[in-house]
Amino acid sequence: MRVIAAMSGGVDSAVAAARAVEAGHDVTGVHLALSRNPRSYRSGARGCCSIEDAGDARRAADTIGIPFYVWDMSDEFADEVVEDFIAEYTAGRTPNPCLRCNEKIKFAAVLDRALALGFDAVATGHYAQLRTAGDGTIEMHRALDHGKDQSYVLGVLTQEQLKRSLFPLGGDTKNVVRAEAERRGLQVAHKPDSHDICFIADGDNAGWLSEKLGPKPGQIVDEDGRVLREHEGAYQFTIGQRRGLRLGVPADDGKPRFVLDIEPVSGTVTVGPREHLLVDTLECVRPLWCGASPTEPLECTVQLRAHGAEHRARVTVLDDDRLQVALLDPADGIAPGQACVIYDGTRVVGSGTISRTERVAAARS
Amino acid sequence: MDVARSYLDHAATTPMLPEAIEVMSRELGRVGNASSLHASGRAARRVVEESRELIAERLGARPSELVFTSGGTEANNLAIKGLFWARRSPERQRIVFSSIEHHALLDPVTWLAAHEGARIDVTPVDRQGRIQLDALHDAVEQNPADITVLTTMWANNEMGTIQPIREVVELARAHGIPVHSDAVQAAGYVPLDFTSSELDAMTVTAHKLGGPVGVGALVIKRDVTPTPLLHGGGQERDLRSGTVGVALIAAFAKALDVTVARQAEQASRIERLRQRLVDGITRLVPDAVVNGDPHSGHDHRLPNIAHVTFPGCEGDAMLMLFDAQGVEVSTGSACAAGVPQPSHVLLAMGFDEIAARGSLRFSLGHSSTEADVDRVLEVLPAVHERARAARLVRGGTR
Repeated sequence: MRVIAAMSGGVDSAVAAARAVEAGHDVTGVHLALSRNPRSYRSGARGCCSIEDAGDARRAADTIGIPFYVWDMSDEFADEVVEDFIAEYTAGRTPNPCLRCNEKIKFAAVLDRALALGFDAVATGHYAQLRTAGDGTIEMHRALDHGKDQSYVLGVLTQEQLKRSLFPLGGDTKNVVRAEAERRGLQVAHKPDSHDICFIADGDNAGWLSEKLGPKPGQIVDEDGRVLREHEGAYQFTIGQRRGLRLGVPADDGKPRFVLDIEPVSGTVTVGPREHLLVDTLECVRPLWCGASPTEPLECTVQLRAHGAEHRARVTVLDDDRLQVALLDPADGIAPGQACVIYDGTRVVGSGTISRTERVAAARS
Repeated sequence: MDVARSYLDHAATTPMLPEAIEVMSRELGRVGNASSLHASGRAARRVVEESRELIAERLGARPSELVFTSGGTEANNLAIKGLFWARRSPERQRIVFSSIEHHALLDPVTWLAAHEGARIDVTPVDRQGRIQLDALHDAVEQNPADITVLTTMWANNEMGTIQPIREVVELARAHGIPVHSDAVQAAGYVPLDFTSSELDAMTVTAHKLGGPVGVGALVIKRDVTPTPLLHGGGQERDLRSGTVGVALIAAFAKALDVTVARQAEQASRIERLRQRLVDGITRLVPDAVVNGDPHSGHDHRLPNIAHVTFPGCEGDAMLMLFDAQGVEVSTGSACAAGVPQPSHVLLAMGFDEIAARGSLRFSLGHSSTEADVDRVLEVLPAVHERARAARLVRGGTR
């Protein structure tokens, strides 16, 4: 196959590209330029969008011996990922931009362009495993290394996208990949992993959002409606957040308080005890299925945030655009906007975007 | 991987001439700092000075007018920053330059504006990429006394459009304004005569005409004294300190000598190749548009550049597809990270961003053959078809 290897400049995508070559594919390396101003995004080891990262990707491609180009996806990234991120926070939700980038950029804009240019597939350094089922459908499973598993951020991919995807690292641990990078003479073998959000240079999401959105004053209240303090913008808070609330006076019972609810129109942020964060019912919109959509309620597990725990659940399709998820193990800190990825064992079944949560009955009273 | 390469990017850099490689290899084997007083030093100095005399002769300049630099970028920086610093006063802060200059000139100018208080005055160009003399006239006459330096490239690097240098000089001369021209792309492809051009300063570089990368020169009149960028041993009239690169300079001289001797014959040979290329492109892709001045010649266009817009395509997709077929071309400029940027030259010529992104530069040189051109034409239909499909997909995702 003719394969585009998306190369971020990190160790994972470099080894993925090398393995794609070894598997006999005709591989071309592509670094995605996602920032309109390459200097504005995080530089060095922490991100994936800087000039240094483009240079690291180029050197990896040299070492592997494949052609290398930079594709400018900055307009698409700004429209589909950054704007969406801002809009979601403005609406009081908590988006996952990495998932969005996979759905709209890496396995959409990039894949479409690759196909049009005569390529057959896109290979990335994501940790997830693809298997072909008996009927020929492609199944996506969690990576062997559950600690590195990235199937959650790939849970939005459809069968058509999965058929054109290669994840050469899914069957290995990070340590194996790093050792292999070293053995292959890749200069990025010891480059630190990237974390956080690539377009927020210093990792200060709240600061970045307040710069973009300006002050939108509101109140922090407790569950009885007592005003605890004013704040500069509800987008600085996330459901489940405990740190940085700066409430001054402790709660009556002296226990720590958490963000329970964010009301986007008034900007009111409600805080309360941890128990009140517990949620047992979710409603999701925009369901996406890796294969056919289920007709019966699914007994399954769900994951509700990147690197989050699995919860046993029953998922019911309400209509074409809505799912109801009943959690057998209640979860806390669940925010609308996050993705609910549905698993059958290690296999990804599909996903939805959380639109509404219901707290467990005991906590509601 | 094993496809034969057809190199059509001579405007980026052109292969070294065998004669220049031979001279350079020989000189690299010798010891001697041209500033040393002993026999080896004198021998090195002799090579430098003989090279200087040869280059000067081939450029219609005096040997004492040549200041060797590391290349075109440094020569442009020396000319622009140096003359700005030497001539500025509270009443004199302006730099007049064209909108289609290479980054090696544009960036020093914008840096001076951002950090040194320069006022910048951009001369517009027409649709062919030639500066508008009436606008330049107005810019000069508005207040001739406040101009520190005026600069217009001899020929544009993306379009090949040759600028009316004689007329530019004419406009400035009456007021004693120093005029500089970046002749990096023109040298070797059209005759250059520094003295009769009446320029005050002119930039040339070796690697665009068959010499090595890493050496160039600012040709500058003796009575024009820019402030140096580099201070040190006082080499090159005190204008460019640093041990001179004997082997580089010797190879530069050889390359220029050979190139100028063959200039007329090569220009007509290359122009024929270009015509073959352009005819083929417009036959195979009827909506392709060849930009710049359609006429070749000393007052029109360099013989070796064909700049083409392919409507509905992205230049970087075509570049990649051509590359996979062994054909090497350019989209114009890319930023440090390698991201293709819409060319400021095309935008200045009145192209919109989409057309600017959908263009390629094919540039020929001394080693180009009919086979190179035919290879482009052989793969063009498939490349074009795929690039157009990719552009449509991209439009759909936006």
